[in-house]
Amino acid sequence: MEALYIFMLAAFTGYEVIARVPVILHTPLMSGSNFVHGVVLVGAMVVLGHADPEDPLQLAIGFIAVVLGAANAAGGYVVTERMLAMFIKKN
Amino acid sequence: MTAKLLVDASYFVVAVLFILGLKAMASPVTARKGIVWAGIGMVVATLVTFFTPGMQNFGLIILAIAIGGVAAWWSGKVVKMTDMPQMVAIYNGMGGGAAAAIAALEFARGGVHGVVFTTLATLGALIGAVSFSGSCVAFAKLQGLMNKAWRLPAQNAVNIVLALVTILVGVGIVVSGDPTPTQIITFFVLSLVLGVIITLPIGGADMPVVISLFNAFTGLAVGFEGYVLGIPALIIAGIVVGAAGTLLTQLMAKAMNRPITNILFSPITGEAQAGSGPTGTMKECSAMDAASMMRYAQKVIIVPGYGMAVAGAQHKVYEMTKLLEEAGVEVKFAIHPVAGRMPGHMNVLLAEAGVPYEQIFDLEEINEEFSQADVALVIGANDVVNPVARTDKTSPIYGMPILNADKAQNVIVIKRGKGAGYSGIENALFFEENCRLCYGSAQGVVSEMIGHVKSLS
Repeated sequence: MEALYIFMLAAFTGYEVIARVPVILHTPLMSGSNFVHGVVLVGAMVVLGHADPEDPLQLAIGFIAVVLGAANAAGGYVVTERMLAMFIKKN
Repeated sequence: MTAKLLVDASYFVVAVLFILGLKAMASPVTARKGIVWAGIGMVVATLVTFFTPGMQNFGLIILAIAIGGVAAWWSGKVVKMTDMPQMVAIYNGMGGGAAAAIAALEFARGGVHGVVFTTLATLGALIGAVSFSGSCVAFAKLQGLMNKAWRLPAQNAVNIVLALVTILVGVGIVVSGDPTPTQIITFFVLSLVLGVIITLPIGGADMPVVISLFNAFTGLAVGFEGYVLGIPALIIAGIVVGAAGTLLTQLMAKAMNRPITNILFSPITGEAQAGSGPTGTMKECSAMDAASMMRYAQKVIIVPGYGMAVAGAQHKVYEMTKLLEEAGVEVKFAIHPVAGRMPGHMNVLLAEAGVPYEQIFDLEEINEEFSQADVALVIGANDVVNPVARTDKTSPIYGMPILNADKAQNVIVIKRGKGAGYSGIENALFFEENCRLCYGSAQGVVSEMIGHVKSLS
C-alpha cells in the first residue's frame, strides 16, 4: 500500500517538473530523464549481488543487467552533459 | 543493521538529488547544474549499493560496470551532435533491457512471490523488453542501418494479436504463481518481438516521439522492478521519469499534430500519396543569384533542417548570417518544433555553432513574419515547410503545423538532390512560382554564397 502512495506522488512530481519546459530544452530533458532511469543500475547490482554464485545462468543474466544498466547511466550522463554544455557557453 | 540504514538513507538523498536535478534541467539557466546533481546522485547510489547486506559476486559486478560504463562513456563522448537522438535511443533501450533482465533473474531465482509482486515484475519485464528491442530498431533506423519503413500486411492486426498473446502469457505467469522456465522464456521472446514489430513500420518524423515514448516506458519498467526489489530510489526515479516522459511525449506529439495512436497505428508512408503529385516545374538558381538576392534584401529568414546539420554547415551558415547583418540585412532563424530529429535538437546544433538565442524563433513566434520577409532560405529542411500540410487533406502530413516559408517573397532551397523528404512525400513548395532550388551539399553551397556575399559588399 505504501508503495502505491510513492507511485502516485512520484507520478505527480514527474508531471510537475516537466510541465513548464521551453521547447529548446525538450531534447536535453529527454536525455536527462533517460540518464535518471539509469539508476536501474542499482537494481541490477542488487540482483547480481544476490544471484547464486554456483548458477551460471543467474550470473549471466545478472551480468547482462549490470552491463546494460551501467551503459544507460554512463551514456545518458555524457550525452546530456554535452548537450547542456552548449547552453552554458552563451551566458 | 547500520549498513542497511546507511544504504537506505543514501538512497533517500539520491532520490532528492534526482528530482532537484530534473527540476533544474527544466530551465536553460540552471540546466547544467541539474545534470551534475543527478550525476552525483548516481555515483552515490552506485557506491552505497556495494554495502547492501548479503551482497556477493563483487568481482563480476565491478567488471560489468566497467564494461558497460566505459563503452557507453566512450561512445557518448565521440558521437557527433547530429547523431545524439539515436544515442539517447540506444542508452534508453539498454535501461529497458536492464529492467527486463532484473525481472528475468528474479524469476530464475524464484524470488518473486505474491500476486502484486508477480504482476509488477511481469509488467516491468514486458515494458522493459519492448523498450529494449524497440529502441534497438529505432537506433538502427536513425543510424541508417535499416530501411526507413517496413510494414507487414495487416500490420495493426498483427500488433494487436501479438500484444494480446504476450499479455495472455504474462497473465499465465501471474496466475500460476510459480512459472515454468518455458513460460518465462516464451514471455520474454514474445515481448522482444513485440517491440520490434511495433517499431519497424514507424519512420521518419515520428521517430522522436517513439523514442520519447520508450523513454517513458523504461522509466515505468524501472519503477516496477524497483518495487519488486524493495528499493524506493528506483521506484521514485522510475515513476518520475515515466510521468515526465509521458508528458514530454504528449508535448512532442502535439507539436507535430499527430496523436500518439496515429503514430503507432497509422505511420506516415510515402506511398499514401501515390498518383497526385504536385504539378509545375522545379526551378534552379545559382549560389551567386541566391547570394545577391539575400545581400540586397531587407529581411531574411533561415529555416534550418536536419540536412544542414548532417552537412555540418551550421558554422558556415552563421558566418554568412554575420556577413549579411554587417550589410544591414535583418536575419532570423525559424525553428520547427521537430527540426532536426527531436524537439530542441536544432537549437542545440545552432547553439553549438554560436548562434545567439535572440536570433532563434519558434514556429508560433515567427510564422506571421514570413509574409514580410524578402527571402526565406531553407537549408536541408523539407517536410516542415511543405504547404500540403495546410491544404491537402489526403496527405499523410495534413494538419502538421508547418513554417510558412512559401509566404515569403522569394524562397531559396538548398537541397542535396531532387529526392523527396524524410517522410518520402513530394514537397509542393519546390514547385511554387517564388521558389528556387540550389543543388549541392549545404556546406559547399553556403561557402560559395559567403564568397559571393563578400564580393558584393
